[in-house]
Amino acid sequence: MALDETNNAFVRFDRVQKSYDGESLVVKDLNLDIPKGEFLTMLGPSGSGKTTCLMMLAGFETATHGEILLDGVSINNIPPHKRGIGMVFQNYALFPHMTVAENLSFPLEVRNMGKSEREAKVKRALDMVEMGDFGGRRPAQLSGGQQQRIALARALVFEPELVLMDEPLGALDKQLREKMQFEITRLAHNLGITVVYVTHDQTEALTMSDRVAVFNDGVIQQLARPDMLYERPDNSFVAQFIGENNTLEGTVKSLTDDTAVVELDGGLQLQCEPINVDNVGQRTRVSVRPERAELNLNNLSQDACTLTGTVQEFIYMGDIFRTRISVAGCDDFIIKTPNSPNQKRLSPGQNVKFGLNKKDCRALDP
Amino acid sequence: MLDYSEKYSMEVADGTPLKKSLARSLRKEKLRALALIAPLLIFVLVTFVLPIGTMLTRSIDNSIVEEILPRTVLALEDWNEKGDELPNEMVFRSFVEDFQDAIADKNHTKIGSRLNYEVSGMSSLFRKSARKVKKWDLTDNAPIKQKLIEVNKAWGDVETWAVIKTHSVALTNGYFLNAVDMQRTPFGAQAQPENKQVLVKLFIRTLKMSLIITGMCILLGYPVAWLLANLSNRTSNLLLILVLLPFWTSLLVRTSAWKVMLQNQGVINDLLVWIGLITEGSRLEIINNQFGTIVAMTHILLPFMILPMYSVMKTIPPSYLRAAKSLGATNWTAFWRVYFPQSVPGIGAGSILVFILAIGYYITPEIVGGTDGIFISNRIAYHISSSLNWGLASALGAILLGVVLLLYWVYDKIVGIDNVKLG
Repeated sequence: MALDETNNAFVRFDRVQKSYDGESLVVKDLNLDIPKGEFLTMLGPSGSGKTTCLMMLAGFETATHGEILLDGVSINNIPPHKRGIGMVFQNYALFPHMTVAENLSFPLEVRNMGKSEREAKVKRALDMVEMGDFGGRRPAQLSGGQQQRIALARALVFEPELVLMDEPLGALDKQLREKMQFEITRLAHNLGITVVYVTHDQTEALTMSDRVAVFNDGVIQQLARPDMLYERPDNSFVAQFIGENNTLEGTVKSLTDDTAVVELDGGLQLQCEPINVDNVGQRTRVSVRPERAELNLNNLSQDACTLTGTVQEFIYMGDIFRTRISVAGCDDFIIKTPNSPNQKRLSPGQNVKFGLNKKDCRALDP
Repeated sequence: MLDYSEKYSMEVADGTPLKKSLARSLRKEKLRALALIAPLLIFVLVTFVLPIGTMLTRSIDNSIVEEILPRTVLALEDWNEKGDELPNEMVFRSFVEDFQDAIADKNHTKIGSRLNYEVSGMSSLFRKSARKVKKWDLTDNAPIKQKLIEVNKAWGDVETWAVIKTHSVALTNGYFLNAVDMQRTPFGAQAQPENKQVLVKLFIRTLKMSLIITGMCILLGYPVAWLLANLSNRTSNLLLILVLLPFWTSLLVRTSAWKVMLQNQGVINDLLVWIGLITEGSRLEIINNQFGTIVAMTHILLPFMILPMYSVMKTIPPSYLRAAKSLGATNWTAFWRVYFPQSVPGIGAGSILVFILAIGYYITPEIVGGTDGIFISNRIAYHISSSLNWGLASALGAILLGVVLLLYWVYDKIVGIDNVKLG
């Protein structure tokens, strides 16, 4: 294997496939390189294969085909307990019959570490998650958020270079989840560890990750930085799955290298970025983010198109206004506008004109 | 603060105190709940608590002597049973009066068999003497003492009268003393003669064998329960049916099957001889002894161990084992340090169930136990149905019950009863 190939990859999935029943593939030909120190999130709906990938990396599932490399070494045949990978489980999996300190001490004990060293490390790990006073408690005496911290501390206490997290925040309420998101990223960056994080919550993925791998149907649909993922989705699935999205269906009228003119089903023509269209006459879905529809037509660039729609619904959401419009055959085109003093509040039945810049309209696969 | 709560105790809108009002509104629900369990409660009372309660009182109830020989008991009060002098004429006369009344009421055999439990020969003494004493006329005031001794010289024996006196109290500890190989004598509680000491040995054997059976059930049941809890639902359901299958066949059939398997000319011995492991002359003695009882009872009680274990193991999520392994534990360490401690409540529940069932088991030891494989329960059954010494049977039963409760208490102290889970 060439040196430059392994150079950057701390974790590498090399043509990995996985099947449970011998009839269908849960993971189809997965190739993924994760450099050291990266926070990578596997995001996808349930059944998309993301957890299976994580379990293969942890060693609890075996790959049907392909190789998984850790630091350049194939770990396919290394049992989980020898991989030295930290893991945080969905329901924390804190051992209920041990105290918090005993839970944290467990990975050190099985590594035959001396007592004083163990105690020092346990204390440091507990302090790291701000749970220094809770060493003597049982997991059942802790709140969900506290258990989460202990699970995190336990996965980190033996100083693994790679930590896997399987929807660790799924059981927490919204506020706590947001706080923990911040804590986990802070810890990960401070310690310089590599994190592979699995979630089906796209907000979580966007706020925490260096890169996000969007899974669907056993295939990575797009692997990109969060901002790229949101603003430049590669296909309809990613556009739909990440954030809120407006879809306008139509047919490609003309196609050049940097512009696709799409005739929408409602009759209007729209200039779009050609992302996933190859031929004139092809069906396409145009993806537009709700906050990119411009009500102030003076702000539009030259290549923008103007559309007229009818307001169906106006929803006041505090920081933003959410307006549902029917336009070009689409009944639920959403426009989000910030709640600023001079922003118009539209009322149902009213006709509204808005513009879409070419770079915000992405012509994707149908 | 106290003042405040007293002065302003909570009240509902119409001024009645909140507590009273709450109690009233809950009363109806409580009554309904009671009505729902009433049939079962009555059934249990009538068919379980009451019979067992009355049976247990027989272990100390000894009113029979006082009832049948009231005058004798009274007259014997002044007599010293520890000396070697016979009771006086008064006692003999009272006795014969009582005896004649008893014969008229056909009660004389009862008192005979009662005293026969203590000293053998008493039953026949009473029966034989009755034939003659029946016709005596007591109005002539002739001396009775000599006459009675002439009928049977046992009446001239101090011991006979001592037995009557020591066992004349209405509430006796005699049965309990007998149950632990002791006896009630004029000189207090004393050990039974050596050749009559069997019950304590039998108690110890019952406890020991029950422990062995419980241990065997744990060893055999744990892997099965683990398999059941960790296989896919379909396969584990099938296996569970196999575990439950014994419940659908008669206990007698299963025990008799062991007889067929283990006997001298049985399947196991035949097989071993056929393979050549043992010769025709040295067939194994594996039934009608302790070994046979342990094998058959382990088989019969195994489901009672597997089911509680299984239901506890079912609640242990597989993620614990995975977590342990991800933290660097080998398969064995992960099992021993993480899985096993969490399965202990299942072992506890199963052990209590199996042990308590084993300690009172009757049918299986009776059929396959021979002489040295029987349990205390077989002895109890013997006294209930053959020797008709119900007092002793009740005392043995009460001791068995006490031992079980004691062990339960010890278990609670050591393991904690809230550590027992049935699922």
